[in-house]
Amino acid sequence: MKPRLSLRLRGALYGYGFILLWLVGFLVFTVMALAETFRYSLHRVTVTATGIALEFVGWANYTRALFADPRFVELLIGYTVETLVAVPIVLIFSLIIALFLNLRFRLRGLFRTIFFLPVIITSGPVIRELTAQGATAAPGIANVPAVVEFLTQLPGALRGPVEYLLTSFILILWFSGVQILIYLANLQKVDRSLYEAAAIDGASAWEVFWKITLPALSTATVVNAIYTIIILSHFSENRVVRYIYDRTFDIHGGIGYASGMAFIYFGVMVLLLASIYLLLTRWAERGSR
Amino acid sequence: MGREGVALRQILHHPAADRLRHFLFGSRAGYGLVFGVILYVLLITIGFVYLYPLLFMFITSIKNPSDLLNPMVQWVPTELYLGNYERAFRVLDYVDTLGTSVLVSVVPSLVQAFVASLVGYGLARYRFWGSNLVLLLILATFIIPPQNTVIPQMLTYRDLGLLGSPLALILPAALGQGYKSAIFILIFYLAFRSLPKVLEESARLDGASELRIFFTIAMPSAIPAYIVAFIFSTVWYWNETFLTLIFLEGGATTLPMQLAQFVQAYESLYPPGVVDIFQRLNEAVTMAGTFLTILPPLIMYFILQRWFVESVERTGLTGE
Repeated sequence: MKPRLSLRLRGALYGYGFILLWLVGFLVFTVMALAETFRYSLHRVTVTATGIALEFVGWANYTRALFADPRFVELLIGYTVETLVAVPIVLIFSLIIALFLNLRFRLRGLFRTIFFLPVIITSGPVIRELTAQGATAAPGIANVPAVVEFLTQLPGALRGPVEYLLTSFILILWFSGVQILIYLANLQKVDRSLYEAAAIDGASAWEVFWKITLPALSTATVVNAIYTIIILSHFSENRVVRYIYDRTFDIHGGIGYASGMAFIYFGVMVLLLASIYLLLTRWAERGSR
Repeated sequence: MGREGVALRQILHHPAADRLRHFLFGSRAGYGLVFGVILYVLLITIGFVYLYPLLFMFITSIKNPSDLLNPMVQWVPTELYLGNYERAFRVLDYVDTLGTSVLVSVVPSLVQAFVASLVGYGLARYRFWGSNLVLLLILATFIIPPQNTVIPQMLTYRDLGLLGSPLALILPAALGQGYKSAIFILIFYLAFRSLPKVLEESARLDGASELRIFFTIAMPSAIPAYIVAFIFSTVWYWNETFLTLIFLEGGATTLPMQLAQFVQAYESLYPPGVVDIFQRLNEAVTMAGTFLTILPPLIMYFILQRWFVESVERTGLTGE
């Protein structure tokens, strides 16, 4: 009994040894940094020549962000709406493209290369330049007079999302690269015999998609939805992120205020993640029943 | 059903009609012409939409100033004008910023891939108390927005005099907290878990130390995972501007950072009041600058594209 136990103990120690670097980094760069940022968020932080001066203000930074800064609240609402618009579009398009790429046809490799290309070049400044030129709008749509007219007719609540959809359509699509690959890999894992059985039973391609393919992709859909929300929320051109960044460099109270906003933003993002996660898992359960 | 019905059915099931139907609508052997045409039309449409910003960027970047003002010239410039590239090249200070960009993307990526593989190996191969918790925490670090952790880091780096130095990016990577580290740890965790243990165990019986086993047996067998992790990490570091802006501001300047301040940099090189109309900043020059910024990752992508698009299959990262 004794040597076996020590073998187990030794294995555990080696395991800790391998993750040691990460553990230290996690404590220093994540836990301590988070705690420190939280501490700033409860203080008025002034940058001095030698360091920073803290003055405790309680939740003042949070109440300022939520109740006294209309700009921040507006950006936060915009972010929520835009994410809720973008996630279904990314999911649907990456699924459609993955279904196409899962077929056998000539030039498949070429199209796969095209659809993954944006992942390689999407950086904040590049997107900013392209958006400034109007190159990320759905081609030729956003400037058509009839569309502009249509937009002005829309009620205020709907107008924002629709306008975002039209002016940033390609940008939204550009965030689907990794998701396409995840769908594709999962499509290739679906049990062939299921399709054969369905074909023998005379199921149409439409029925096969809804009854076999889509349920088989439910996990991938959840993963993709979460991934999409995270990359959209962390993207450096995200307007909330930029606003927080700009405020950080206000000399008086900037750091504390930015820290408070960062935590509010984090909270909203987690709420979004949780609601999309619950929605999709609920849907997946119903689908598998 | 009369005689016409029977005749119609005979025509429809005539072998020639069958062949035509299969040719148009597909059979077990292929997709058929109609389906094929629809497929290609849809793919080309979506592909065009995907590439539209790039085509627009490239076409605009080779337009000369009079083409830019001419509403008749949309997609075909009257000449291949490289003056925009000449100026964008100088404004971006291309050789220097390219070198910096390579440095601050390649070095942290190498470090990050190596450390992530250590962590992934530890989690995949050893059983210890809390390993599931660690895995959970690693995934949680992926969710935390950078702005919730960078300010204390920035202040600490300022005190240490590391602000503006690439070390500010390398240090977190060396401790498994680099940019998107969680994904890379997950890649290695799944890669090592899917590899057979036999070789490692026989080496252990022969008395090899655990580190030696890792370096001589585990690492070489996970080379695909290393390549995937390295190239993705490089591309993501290359395109990252939030962290680089905070940590490198005032020191090293990467290509995307220089692109972000393109207008100021242009006007200091070509002061607006001094230069003639052909030298003024216009969208063709900014598009040339944008194209120069994405050119290096683009070239890397076309050389290594198989590694990118097959990465998910090669590393077994499919969602579980």
